[in-house]
Amino acid sequence: MSDFVSGFWSAYVALITLVSIVGCGVFLWFQGKARATAAATGTVETMGHVWDETLEEYNNPLPRWWSWLFYITVFFALGYLAVYPGLGAYQGAFGWSSKGQYDGEMKQAEAQYAPIFAKFAQQEVKAVAADPEARKMGERLFLTYCAQCHGSDARGAKGFPNLADKDWQWGGEPEQIKTSILEGRQGVMPPHAHLGAETVKDLAHFVRSLSPDKLAHDSARAARGKEAFATVGCAGCHGPDAKGMAAVGSPNLTDSTWLYGSSEATIIETIGKGRSNKMPAHKEFLGEAKVHLLAAYVYGLSQGGTEKK
Amino acid sequence: MDNQATYNYKVVRQFAVMTVIWGIVGMLVGVIIAAQLVWPELNLHEFLGYGRLRPLHTNAVIFAFGGCALFATSYYVVQRTCHTPLFAPGLAGFTFWGWQLVIVLAAVTLPLGMTSGKEYAELEWPIDILITLVWVSYAVVFFGTIMKRKVPHIYVANWFYGGFILTVALLHLVNSCEIPVSLTKSYSCYPGVQDAMIQWWYGHNAVGFFLTAGFLGMMYYFVPKQAERPVYSYRLSVVHFWALIFTYMWAGPHHLHYTALPDWAQSVGMIFSLILLAPSWGGMINGIMTMSGAWHKLRDDPILKFLITSLSFYGMSTFEGPMMSIKTVNALSHYTDWTVGHVHSGALGWVAMISIGCIYYLIPRLFGKAQMHSVKLITAHFWIATIGVVLYIAAMWIAGVMQGLMWRATNPDGTLTYAFVESVKSTYPFWTIRLLGGLMFLGGMLLMAWNVFKTIAGGKAYDAPVLAPAGHHA
Repeated sequence: MSDFVSGFWSAYVALITLVSIVGCGVFLWFQGKARATAAATGTVETMGHVWDETLEEYNNPLPRWWSWLFYITVFFALGYLAVYPGLGAYQGAFGWSSKGQYDGEMKQAEAQYAPIFAKFAQQEVKAVAADPEARKMGERLFLTYCAQCHGSDARGAKGFPNLADKDWQWGGEPEQIKTSILEGRQGVMPPHAHLGAETVKDLAHFVRSLSPDKLAHDSARAARGKEAFATVGCAGCHGPDAKGMAAVGSPNLTDSTWLYGSSEATIIETIGKGRSNKMPAHKEFLGEAKVHLLAAYVYGLSQGGTEKK
Repeated sequence: MDNQATYNYKVVRQFAVMTVIWGIVGMLVGVIIAAQLVWPELNLHEFLGYGRLRPLHTNAVIFAFGGCALFATSYYVVQRTCHTPLFAPGLAGFTFWGWQLVIVLAAVTLPLGMTSGKEYAELEWPIDILITLVWVSYAVVFFGTIMKRKVPHIYVANWFYGGFILTVALLHLVNSCEIPVSLTKSYSCYPGVQDAMIQWWYGHNAVGFFLTAGFLGMMYYFVPKQAERPVYSYRLSVVHFWALIFTYMWAGPHHLHYTALPDWAQSVGMIFSLILLAPSWGGMINGIMTMSGAWHKLRDDPILKFLITSLSFYGMSTFEGPMMSIKTVNALSHYTDWTVGHVHSGALGWVAMISIGCIYYLIPRLFGKAQMHSVKLITAHFWIATIGVVLYIAAMWIAGVMQGLMWRATNPDGTLTYAFVESVKSTYPFWTIRLLGGLMFLGGMLLMAWNVFKTIAGGKAYDAPVLAPAGHHA
């Protein structure tokens, strides 16, 4: 409410605003007093000036209905300022503010809708996921808050994980999904360009060799890559078997799921430049009860999804 | 010897012809981006993507098409109503070439992605400096001509042109205050919400002065000329001129309802937008009432049809604008296609149609002809353009209200009834109708280009002799 650094500026703004509005009305009143000059003859005269051979102006008075329209807006403005904020720091007779309106609507929504969500919040995620009504509510929440990144069908996009399959970077148990939504996740693959272009390429060939999809690779490079994988630190996060660790969010490199793409060039970029990814936290924004429903919805998607292994 | 002197029509000819050319270019880009909304696969290359072409469209139609129309008509009107040739003709020539350079630079830099990110002020700082030089020259030529006028009184059209020139200089200088970090990138001087406020103070007054006051200047010369009737009311022109330029200055915050802008500023923006209704309508009334006693001319004069229809659209959009500035209405209309429809009822219906009418008036006079090559073609242009505008704005009204209602609809559990993408999907038919409307308007411009070309080809450049002022107070 106090957008003013001092009472002076508030008064200054309020005064200028008032003078301007009242000034419009006063100006109109003085101009409206003038009457048509030739009322006696019944015809309106021109002002007596001629430009460019033919341009002249009649001395008609202001149209009355137009003057009234003008006055009405001026009076409306003054009335509005009496009841709504507008004159400096004065809050108006109604005490309205946009923040107050927002808070009021949120409070009302909370009172009206919280019980509906509370009912499900007390149930296990798996039980909620089996409830058709809860799934519908979860889907609507998903389409509003999640679809922008993960897609309307939850199948993700480059850099945004597919939530409808059974592959989980941070774990697919109900509680793990709920934590991902509540707290968010920070996925960081550090850059490894310092290993040298050859080693990075070897590693890329090794990673491609792990895929069940028989991705083309140079077996000599893959063999060198396998050695490097164990020694330069890859295994520290992705595990000695390269199957990833849900606890740190390191992806499984031996399946068919590729968050950024499986081409040699993309993998080289991923290893050399690293990747940084973020799932934002929704705890404060959505609250526990809604996240509970969302977690159940996402969990349910994976139960119907096809296993990719 | 004085009677041998002629008006400087050269620069008027240059700007008049470029008005038609830039109109076609700007509207073509508009049609392309309208098509991209219907068929997103038309975003062929990053240089030609919607996000780069949209500012090119707005800059081209406002500053290239609208700007050239304003230069052409103001130079024509100020000479003839001051009964003296243009002051500093060399500088006037510079404003033409300088302005064309600004437009070409805009057409190159915007697709390349160089932008200051401020709507309707996207051009980067070197171009901003060039704009300033051109604009100051424009002011010198215009006010210099006023200074050496041969009549005691300044004709009303010149008040509006003068107000437009002075205010646009102020708006451009304040809003374009920016700190360069390289030749092609700068950042605004103002932080956060203050930047937003200054941007929309600029943005709304760009509408108020560039697209309204300047074009009211056109109206005050070309409507009485073409109707051959005196202006309806001198007093109304005085009142609505001062009220208009005074209240427009306050209206900008209505672009920032329900944002971080303090409530008091939003309220002030809203009430002055409402007060703006009567001053805006003053211009419409004065134009339309000038027709009294000459309505029959509307039947077979397509130029008058353009002028009077443009005033009707002006009245409609200046009613719609104050309504949309009311917070409750804005809560529904903001961010929807309703805003786009509102802008185009002003831009196509008012600005473009009055410009087209004035250019049809000017071209024969600038090339020594009695009238355009084909009057029938002007009539055809009028109807195709009018139907195009109506299709465009009706489609956007429906689409906008539909979007606003879809976005706020909720289920019994408080969740949104429609995902955003569903509102996009529902808008496709209306975007298609809008594309059709835009295509018709562009088609009309092509008819105009042909007509202008044939008129010019059949005539030759003509500079009318300077007229002695009529005896005043006759």
